[in-house]
Amino acid sequence: MSALSQRPAGAVVGTAVPHEAAALHVTGLALYTDDLVGRTKDVLHAWPVQVMHAHARVTALRTDPALAVPGVVRVLTGADVPGVNDAGVKHDEPLFPDEVMFYGHAVCWVLGETLEAARLGAEAVEVEVEPLPALVTVREAIEAEAFQGGQPRLERGDVEQALTASAHVFSGEIEFAGQEHFYLETHCALALVDENGQVFVQSSTQHPSETQEIVAHVLGLTSSEVTVQCLRMGGGFGGKEMQPHGLAAIAALGARLTGRPVRLRLNRSQDITMTGKRHGFHARWQVGFDDEGRLTALDATLTSDGGWSLDLSEPVLARALCHIDNAYWIPAVRVNGRIARTNKTSQTAFRGFGGPQGMLVIEDILGRCAPTLGIDPHELRRRNFYAVGQETPYGQPVRQADRLLRTWDQVLDTGDFAARTAEVAAFNAGSLHVKRALAITPVKFGISFNFTAFNQGGALVHVYKDGSVLITHGGTEMGQGLHTKMLQVAATALGVPLSRVRLAPTRTDKVPNTSATAASSGADLNGGAVKNACEQILARLSQVAAEQLHVPAADVRFSGGVVRGLAPGGPTVPWEDVVRLAYFSRVQLWAAGYYRTEGLHWDSAAMRGEPFKYFAHGVAAAEVEVDGFTGAYRVRRVDIVHDVGDSLSPLVDIGQVEGGFVQGVGWLTLEDLRWEDREGPNRGRISTQSASTYKLPSFSEMPEDFRVSLLESAHEEGAVFGSKAVGEPPLMLAFSVREALRQAAAAFGPAGTAVDLASPATPEAVFWAVEAARSGEGAHLRDGGEQPPQPTGPPIRPTSERVLSES
Amino acid sequence: MPDPSVTVNGQVAPLSGVPAHTTALDWLRGRGLVGAKEGCAEGECGACSVLVARPGTTTPTRWTALNACLVPVLALDGQEVVTAEGLGTPADLHPVQREMAVRGGSQCGYCTPGFVCSMAAEFYRPGRGDAAPVDVVGTTEHPHEQGPNGFDLHALSGNLCRCTGYRPIRDAAYALDAPAHGDLLAARQAAPAPAPRATRTDAFVRPADLAAALQLLGERPDAVVVAGSTDWGVEVNLRGVRAPLVVAVDRLAELRGVSVTDEVVEIGAAVTLSEIAARLDGAVPLLDLLLPQFASVLIRNGATLGGNLGTGSPIGDTAPGLLALGASLVLVSSDGEREVALADYFTGYRRSVRTAGELIRAVRIPQPQPGLVGFTKIAKRRFDDISSVAVAFGLDVVDGVVAAARIGLGGVAATPIRALATEQALVGRPWPDVAAAADVLGGEGTPLDDHRASAAYRAAMLRQSLLKFAAENEVPA
Repeated sequence: MSALSQRPAGAVVGTAVPHEAAALHVTGLALYTDDLVGRTKDVLHAWPVQVMHAHARVTALRTDPALAVPGVVRVLTGADVPGVNDAGVKHDEPLFPDEVMFYGHAVCWVLGETLEAARLGAEAVEVEVEPLPALVTVREAIEAEAFQGGQPRLERGDVEQALTASAHVFSGEIEFAGQEHFYLETHCALALVDENGQVFVQSSTQHPSETQEIVAHVLGLTSSEVTVQCLRMGGGFGGKEMQPHGLAAIAALGARLTGRPVRLRLNRSQDITMTGKRHGFHARWQVGFDDEGRLTALDATLTSDGGWSLDLSEPVLARALCHIDNAYWIPAVRVNGRIARTNKTSQTAFRGFGGPQGMLVIEDILGRCAPTLGIDPHELRRRNFYAVGQETPYGQPVRQADRLLRTWDQVLDTGDFAARTAEVAAFNAGSLHVKRALAITPVKFGISFNFTAFNQGGALVHVYKDGSVLITHGGTEMGQGLHTKMLQVAATALGVPLSRVRLAPTRTDKVPNTSATAASSGADLNGGAVKNACEQILARLSQVAAEQLHVPAADVRFSGGVVRGLAPGGPTVPWEDVVRLAYFSRVQLWAAGYYRTEGLHWDSAAMRGEPFKYFAHGVAAAEVEVDGFTGAYRVRRVDIVHDVGDSLSPLVDIGQVEGGFVQGVGWLTLEDLRWEDREGPNRGRISTQSASTYKLPSFSEMPEDFRVSLLESAHEEGAVFGSKAVGEPPLMLAFSVREALRQAAAAFGPAGTAVDLASPATPEAVFWAVEAARSGEGAHLRDGGEQPPQPTGPPIRPTSERVLSES
Repeated sequence: MPDPSVTVNGQVAPLSGVPAHTTALDWLRGRGLVGAKEGCAEGECGACSVLVARPGTTTPTRWTALNACLVPVLALDGQEVVTAEGLGTPADLHPVQREMAVRGGSQCGYCTPGFVCSMAAEFYRPGRGDAAPVDVVGTTEHPHEQGPNGFDLHALSGNLCRCTGYRPIRDAAYALDAPAHGDLLAARQAAPAPAPRATRTDAFVRPADLAAALQLLGERPDAVVVAGSTDWGVEVNLRGVRAPLVVAVDRLAELRGVSVTDEVVEIGAAVTLSEIAARLDGAVPLLDLLLPQFASVLIRNGATLGGNLGTGSPIGDTAPGLLALGASLVLVSSDGEREVALADYFTGYRRSVRTAGELIRAVRIPQPQPGLVGFTKIAKRRFDDISSVAVAFGLDVVDGVVAAARIGLGGVAATPIRALATEQALVGRPWPDVAAAADVLGGEGTPLDDHRASAAYRAAMLRQSLLKFAAENEVPA
């Protein structure tokens, strides 16, 4: 057991405590960025001037009419930018563009005394444009060969030879939709300038350090002149990893130029039409199986729909390629990836970060091929699991392959899978218009940022003279319970009750150079850093206590707010007394903690290495019922066992598993992100840009019987207090619902029917699958089939190389 | 006439000088009550939910949850509002707040104050724990939507959470006891609701009575008439529409009657859909099928028949049902009343025979009603979605033969329509032999291809709706 993972007796981690801010949440007292406006004097409000063309050149921009609107104070344009006119770090995202790259692109911003004045001012701005040809769908971009960024290839073995030698070869194609984050809190920033011209930005951001960097480069300031704070977010889900920066920069620019606080909050339709989403993908593939249904080879080309600029599309694509195997051993693999450039919002991080898209491809392949192979889908999946000692296609050993099997068996057992499969079959035999199905799917998800440098974290722990503790760390709170876990980590590491520890908001002037709170890594990285800081303090306090207790410093133990030696029944000293004594002995009572994840390496050009510290595992079994008249369906029961290591905070972790699962079900079944792709003035417009047209799961999508448990005895050597990351992996448990819907639709046809299922599997999509099953149309698999296209673009350039060459 | 004011969390606050387009949400947040949030500004997410003291059906007052983002704050003149901040404090949590907090019902917390208010409204529902569980959808196949404490999960159908997956919120709702003795908000329901107050500002008027309303509408053809503001609020928030004059009619006593006689059921145009369900008490079975599928409880607490028909939307869900019932509208102006069959009311997309000076006073449903009724709503989401297709059936089957049929359709034309050809194909045919009629129904209207559904799916669903209705009612009651 490693020092990092070792958990002391009586640990506060592992206890089920409510979210640290729950009492503030439920009473409406928890503050979010926009709630600060009323507490800030003389705030100006910002409103964007959006141009409603998918692609156009701006030929004239007249802002004077806006200034004539009562209450309008200023219009911000590209001419106002003192630094770099770019909302990102790759110089492909002008903050004030001359060329409109997607329908709703903002070309300038109006500041008003009231939101109403700013809105009316924006209406008055006159923009003339020359429309340009636009690419709206990923297929159009493929046709036009419009790609951006690197074109990575992940390869192991000789795919052609393996396919030739395979007993069964199929090929197929799938295109599946992206997903709108629909965090309940839209993007928001509030910027102030102090008497020295320093900028303070409160931002709803998952990546305060990068918000700080980009605000600084837009304003032509140093990072030391910009401070970014995030109190908390009303949801992030990856949508606030890259996307808040430009919006914070607009607010900061306005504050610098007017000297007044500037608030920028997108309303829902602005948020949906202006900010990035989960990437939709197109995939073509050829797959081989042996006579027993074991995968022999996979040749696939994945094309993500990146939107108008690169944003995080490269690392998202890399993670998609690294997860196309999901839980399955595929001896020969060749996966190509490329990023389409389309006239859409710039697609970005979203919980799973490409992993779900990669996994969808293999799960779709297995679901479509199983009936044709004559093997039950659950048996086909199980038969292809990794065994201990095997490596992923990129060369990382799958060290806990046995753990996935244990998880799988537990779901089969507690979910009563065999008996219920028989019940479903009996029900279907007696039911003409309604069919049920039960499906089980696994998740294996790599934890760590693929980009190795991000795998570091920082924290600041203060012990005050009265024994109270204040912690700050580099992670942000978006509802995932990171702050709750960090309080538990600090209380455990210091051996004090949870009530002794408080947490201060995330700010870049407390902990610098932080990584995004993303990649599920928040607790691993920041927990490691908090623990490290606490250990530094305890090392010093041990010396002080040793003298008091007359024991060697190495024998001093801190637990439950009491300090004692090793001998049972020996003398004890209250924590507060040791702290007070330490102060008077002039011992430093605070520490900066730091953590870096050991043992990672990744070559992004070769797509090889060990990018992940470990894998998180989970298994879900879902039972659905489909109405054959309409395609409407219900999720009757879901059983999940998920591997979070030894949980840091079980209430929080179960919440992450359930919430991630339902969000995944939303992506795969309900959430129907539509762009208008027909010719005409609305081409490129998002036609689902409001809550009334873009439907999130509501109570009606919650599984009627929802049983979630955490895998027992799941200690993880490589992470803080034996835990594992939990944010993203459960989202992919939702494939169980998609596969159950496929099976239920197939049940309307003769036995052995294979069906295609569109994604999202809306009632309409399920209805067409039911109709196809009834008509005996079958899945669109080409026997033998054809090789997917083999792109020849450059590999992904390592970020470190790019950054170093630019500096 | 006193200056407009509203009581918030027990304290009276003035509304003088507030613009007519200011929503209750923006006004509350401007006063520092920032618990209510804007998640969508169109009444779809419930993050802005607050409690308003409204007249009850079984108690004088009922704490009613409303979307504060849709209601103009001036419409709350003289009323009592409670927000999440008013329910409890971190040191003294309200029972709803305590259950939500300890069970993990909040993650990011942004939707939470709204959930707390919607949940509190159901917590205080008179008789919640008394009666045997009755699922308001009218089906018995979803017993999980009713808690052992009588909590009706549909009370939360208008609140969205993006974090939790809802299970802990359901557990919190189902764990609630009855309100404690001495609970002040429970006691408040026993006292009369705040009386309607006439309100007059430059751009917002609540007339004292129907005559005053009609006179004003006669003088001001540019006025916008609002009841629950569930449609108008969306125009204000999302499309930036501003009216020179808003006239609120939702508290006019003349528009709030409900009566059932052997000849006719009459429902006042300003009775909310939630009140209709409670006050009709099963007198119109088709509405009992339809109303639970209409938007969410938060919307139904504000929305009215007058509003749903007055906006003339082709996808309003009440029109197909009322067409199947052969309903008519009572239109009133200062010149008097006239009755118009609903089938003759719509003249085009969002247009009707109603003139600028006219109000819908009531909806009349002739008795006896059809013996066999059904309502099929096709949407992506089961709760709180807009129909891609809505089909309502009103049939009389005598001795195994369809004697009469009325079918109302929504979402397949510029207006709600009757499926006349299908009705003709059904009448005189043995029941449930509907295959031929279903084919006819599949060809009715001119369904659109849009983001809600393809034209092909809409047409297929027309056909399927009749097949499904017949399959589920093979032996008519």
